[in-house]
Amino acid sequence: MTGRFIRLVAAPLLLALGLTACMLALMGVDPLAYFGLVVQRGLLSPSGLQAAITRMAPLLLVAASLILAFRAGIWNLGGDGQYLLGAVIAAAIAPALAGMMPHWLAWLVCFAAAAVTGAVWSLLPAWLRARRGVNEVVSSLMMSFLGLSLANVLIKFVFQDPGTTVPQTVTLPVADRLPRIGDGLLGGAVSSGVLVGLLAVLLVHGVMTRTAFGLRLRIVGANARAAVHAGLDVPRLTMVVFGLSAGLAGLAGAVDVLGIQGNVRAGWNPAYGLMVVPLVFLARFNGFAAIVFVFLFSVLSVGGESAARRLGVPNYVTLVTVAILLIGLAVGEALDRRRRATKAATA
Amino acid sequence: MTHPVYADATPLVSLAGIRKSYGAVRALDDVDVDFRAGEVHVLLGENGAGKSTLAAILAGVQQPDGGRILLDGTERRIASPRDAMDSGIGVVFQHAQLVPSLSLVDNIALGGPWWQTPQRARIAQRMREADARIGGTGRLDPFARAGALSLGERQRAQIVRALMRDSRLLVLDEPTSMLTPEAAADLVRLMRRLADDAARPLGIVFVTHRLDEALDCGDRITVLRGGRKAGELRPGADMTRDTARDTLLGMMFSGGLAQAPTIAASLPAASAAPVLEVQRLSIADADPPLRDVTLTVRAGEIVGIAGIDGNGQRELAEALAGQRPFDAGDILLCGASVRGLGVAARYKRGLRYASDDRHGEGTVSALSIGLNLLIKRIGDAPFWRGGMEKLAAVDAHARQAIEAFDIRAQGPRTLAGHLSGGNLQKVMLARELDGAARAIVFAKPTHGLDVRSAAACHARIRAAAAAGLAVVLISTDLDEIVALSQQIVVMAGGRIVARIPGGEGAHAAVGRAISRSEDLSAGGLQDRSFGEAS
Repeated sequence: MTGRFIRLVAAPLLLALGLTACMLALMGVDPLAYFGLVVQRGLLSPSGLQAAITRMAPLLLVAASLILAFRAGIWNLGGDGQYLLGAVIAAAIAPALAGMMPHWLAWLVCFAAAAVTGAVWSLLPAWLRARRGVNEVVSSLMMSFLGLSLANVLIKFVFQDPGTTVPQTVTLPVADRLPRIGDGLLGGAVSSGVLVGLLAVLLVHGVMTRTAFGLRLRIVGANARAAVHAGLDVPRLTMVVFGLSAGLAGLAGAVDVLGIQGNVRAGWNPAYGLMVVPLVFLARFNGFAAIVFVFLFSVLSVGGESAARRLGVPNYVTLVTVAILLIGLAVGEALDRRRRATKAATA
Repeated sequence: MTHPVYADATPLVSLAGIRKSYGAVRALDDVDVDFRAGEVHVLLGENGAGKSTLAAILAGVQQPDGGRILLDGTERRIASPRDAMDSGIGVVFQHAQLVPSLSLVDNIALGGPWWQTPQRARIAQRMREADARIGGTGRLDPFARAGALSLGERQRAQIVRALMRDSRLLVLDEPTSMLTPEAAADLVRLMRRLADDAARPLGIVFVTHRLDEALDCGDRITVLRGGRKAGELRPGADMTRDTARDTLLGMMFSGGLAQAPTIAASLPAASAAPVLEVQRLSIADADPPLRDVTLTVRAGEIVGIAGIDGNGQRELAEALAGQRPFDAGDILLCGASVRGLGVAARYKRGLRYASDDRHGEGTVSALSIGLNLLIKRIGDAPFWRGGMEKLAAVDAHARQAIEAFDIRAQGPRTLAGHLSGGNLQKVMLARELDGAARAIVFAKPTHGLDVRSAAACHARIRAAAAAGLAVVLISTDLDEIVALSQQIVVMAGGRIVARIPGGEGAHAAVGRAISRSEDLSAGGLQDRSFGEAS
């Protein structure tokens, strides 16, 4: 048992930290100071922790989007385009809506509009996959590039804030944004968007593991031929999965804009979609595990950014650590499986 | 025809007691074969008989789980494809192992050390020599791109490659399956020439599922069946072709389950209502197309569908189950058409299908036994209410099935992927026989099962019929069909070509019908392959 723990978790973690430390040392930075700052700024300081939790909001929604799709065997890698288009649409309509209706209704309308936008952007790859068997990895990724460009076009030519020369949408006043929560412990600086994110992940997890609909999707994902044998309408389910997944990605964009950003500038692309992919893989598409990994990643990236600024190293150091960790975990798992296979064979 | 000098010499390669399993499936079970120089040795058998696994073991691609391999009388391991090559074993696989974007010369140079620039001119020269040795006259262009060649030419190139590496045993895995008749005849002549070469006689291992090809060119024929060696034959002057043919058919389609007692062919009372009626069913979009299939199955009756695999049996079963649309004709269950009903609706009305592909489509290995039992009625009460899964009901249902069908598993939540083939089959039978089953199609129900599981499965099929179900039994195992069915139809080329009453004498009659139909379908196969090979 301890052997397995070392192989599966401890060794990859030490490997990632060790290699990052070597890299930092080569760059002339004290690794211990760096790691200390990461933990200090990302987890232990109130403002850092607030920033980390706030950042979780869009990441959690993206995670929900990916878990839904991946569990159904649909590799929707178009999350970034869907996300940004959702964000732009929400940013474009939110300032006007906020003046016309109660805040809660304005937010709901923005959420819905962003989700629909994301879903619409996935129609083409979804249809190609469902009806023509075109691999959705490439088509959704290509649609994502087109979506990023379209978002920029919309910002510059359609939704450009007339009050400024900077190409960006009209900024949503802070008073109209999603309320902040966590008054006592977290100093009231955490966006309530994180609640939307948590709700989405838990909902997706529940639907996938506990409902008839989720079971159908899991069968399609696990064994498409068995799905046909069981009489499931695979093309229709494929379209539905794509729509829901892309809708959640679009919603993530809206939550980011309404809760944190307030507007969208041309050229802005947080690229959360691809960043969350390895996290949900690590979580084995499990919602609870995904929440943990998203939290750790937020802490690491917020702390890492801060530490990087302080010590004058690039932001990418965080990503390097995460990447090595992921590779290490994957290798550890492969070795473990092989070991058990040989054990089973000799037994 | 066997080269007299070499016939009794030490075999080039001897396999003794070779065993190989893939998970719960036993691909090879205690197989002994000797391959000698100067001899064309045919490995004959149905799909899944273990022929390709044997070829893969000779090629060093697969390692046997048990048994011994002797090269020139010395025990050895064939650790890798390179090891096989170095030991003088050249293998030409069913699917050409050439890089299509490279020239033939470069394909051969691939095996060379990476730090050397390939000496293309020299390789080309040696290729031409090897080609001349097998009777080619400048037909093979060493600088042609592999992808631009026909399948026959690619095969020839691979044989040339094997010869250039000084192979002494040449293994050809289903080499004729995709060739035109002329190209296949060429290949057969080539094998003969290589084996008869007085200076350097090769051992040839020719893997095929076609009986007549085996008879045409085999000095020795080993029949594999369900992973076991069903027999060996040396067709010689003392045996007519028909005798040899009958013997081989017997080996291919009988033997393993001969102990199964033949049921008294007690037809249900003629008054028993037809439960399942198939009326002139046709499917154009199938390979082979299904044409005018008509069947009537009454309550309590078992109708066997015999024939060589791939003659429309699967398509018929899928059309019955609702997995595949049909163009013309109709399917009636208890007098009502099921056309337009999906799998779930037909399942609910009692029309069931136990697929032969237990792992591929019959079950989902990542799901529990409990859910696998319910995948054809997802969302139905009491297992789901308002779309929410009711675990207690699912578990209780699974526990009943585990008890009733003697499924060996830890519990209802054991994943299907952890079950053996026999237990997986029981899960499927439990699902398909559950509730208001009225008619059921069993496709190759005992394929790949051990003798005990197969016997249990046969008991289930008989019990289903005894309980008044209409049973369709699709099988390539003649003994199984004859032992269980009251009526037998033979399918070939997408049609029903014979109808034979069960009981006394059915075995021989069905065997003859299959053997006749094999000529037909082999012709058909070759017709279709014209386009691919040109």
